Amino acid sequence: MRIVGKTSQYVVMSLFAVAFLAPLVWMISASLRPEAKVLSSPPKFLPTDTQWSNYGDVFSLIPVFLWNSVKLAGLNVIGILIVASMAGYAFARLRFAGRDIAFMVLLATSIIPGIAYLIPQYIVFQHIGWVDTQYPLWVPKVLTPVFATFLMRQSFLTIPNELEDAGKIDGASTFGIYWRIMLPQTKPALAAIGVFTFLESWNDLFGPLIYITSENLQTLPVALAQFQGEYFTKISLLMAGATISVVPVIAVFLFAQRYFIQGITMTGMKG
Amino acid sequence: MATITMARDTSEQVNTADVRRARRKQNLTGWLFISPIVVGVVAFQFFPILVSIVASLTDWNGISPPKFVGLKNFSEMFTDDPLFLQTFKNTVYFTLASIPLTIGIGLVLALLCARPIRGVAFFRTAYFAPYVTNVVAIGFVWFWFFQPDNGVINGLLSQLGINGPQWLSSSSWAMPAVIMVSVWQGIGYPMIILLAGLQGLPNEFYESAKIDGASAAQRLRFITLPLLTPHFLFLLITQFISSFQVFGLIYVMTKGGPGHATSVYIYNIYQNAFSYGKVGYASAMAWILFVVIAAVTFLQWKLQKRWVFYS
Repeated sequence: MRIVGKTSQYVVMSLFAVAFLAPLVWMISASLRPEAKVLSSPPKFLPTDTQWSNYGDVFSLIPVFLWNSVKLAGLNVIGILIVASMAGYAFARLRFAGRDIAFMVLLATSIIPGIAYLIPQYIVFQHIGWVDTQYPLWVPKVLTPVFATFLMRQSFLTIPNELEDAGKIDGASTFGIYWRIMLPQTKPALAAIGVFTFLESWNDLFGPLIYITSENLQTLPVALAQFQGEYFTKISLLMAGATISVVPVIAVFLFAQRYFIQGITMTGMKG
Repeated sequence: MATITMARDTSEQVNTADVRRARRKQNLTGWLFISPIVVGVVAFQFFPILVSIVASLTDWNGISPPKFVGLKNFSEMFTDDPLFLQTFKNTVYFTLASIPLTIGIGLVLALLCARPIRGVAFFRTAYFAPYVTNVVAIGFVWFWFFQPDNGVINGLLSQLGINGPQWLSSSSWAMPAVIMVSVWQGIGYPMIILLAGLQGLPNEFYESAKIDGASAAQRLRFITLPLLTPHFLFLLITQFISSFQVFGLIYVMTKGGPGHATSVYIYNIYQNAFSYGKVGYASAMAWILFVVIAAVTFLQWKLQKRWVFYS
């Protein structure tokens, strides 16, 4: 009875796994085929006549987009970790006038969805000359990490007082206590926020789509979306580009799966 | 006697001055730590929100001076803009179809992954992979899967002797196709949330139920599902907010077409603001969206008493 149960569980789980992985397998396999063999009836999911040159071809088209995506993801991750951990530390461990009101107000703003102020934000950036620069893709994000601050506050709250007191007795400054003593205690939260921010920035389509017009400033997702028009008939090239855009994500996910899932279940945050 | 009081007074004065100085320093330090996010929220959220409220009452292209028109934008939506109603309906269609499917299948997968079985980490990763994958890459793959003549979906259907529809170029099949992809991509999220819920369930209920002879189906119906209702409420709220703002898949797969069959509300706002230069009108649309999302979220929160079970 138990064996039958286990077997049927495996069968069902494997069927689902095929359904979830098949499109990704097809993407990789199509990226390795000569153009003429991409679409076939019946469809093929494994590579035939493997042709690596598609990657060389598409790679020569994308280095600048790849670099822009890497740069923006890096700026967002580092910036958000610094801003959110400083604010989270202050809200959790420092006493100052107006602290609780400031915290409530910050949380309250997160209720208003981004779409409500996206258009005026665009106009503001237009007025200060930030449209068609990369500033709108990281400055406002780095300076408004409300959820990450909330998460960091929770994390700082769990650290015992003794550590902080020891630092005070040794005469460390508030910043020194935050940076050298408290911050290292919050590594899991930092990792969760870092992974999340990376994925969000790397996969962002809307931001670069509306703010960037110069081709050399564009990020990988939008460049790929525009390839679809330009190289409409070269599916194998498109799939090679898509695969390149997915590889870092899969790598980060495999490497930091635990933190990512922790981040989701702790806060339910999502882009 | 008097001198002693005097002396005490001065020392207290010194103390209060010290305390005040220390307190001022504390306040300054605290505010320095939170200053980046405070500046950011004021500059990039508060201020644009105010601008947006004002803009929604104007006729404005974002460049020349805005013209105050009162509530005209809002009345125009309901009386003079068939596309507003159509994209609203499309969004409701998308949301009503995708939420039960993602949460329902997500529950099945969470239940499967919660049972101890070898290789479960592989399956969890497989189900979760689409969720972290770039929407552009996903849109590409499915765009070619849905090609009517040589696409993978119709290729597989023809193996079963079924003549598949035109999918993305059919006004009645394009939306179901987009919904399918969105569900496929989004399931990882409810799965993880429900899995976390399942792993936190207390064992005692199950043991006593087993002693009472409850079948597996009964245990699911009367123990597991009621205990998961807080997670279902959380998912209903978050999934509603995100699917009501769907954009990426639509942009990559259909650009709102054919006709306006898959044009959703956000896509309509995007076009009004960034293609047609109707900034005032698009701002008004954004506020209607905000009101709808806030109202539905509030309703879900109020209705929870009727079905959410807190143990």
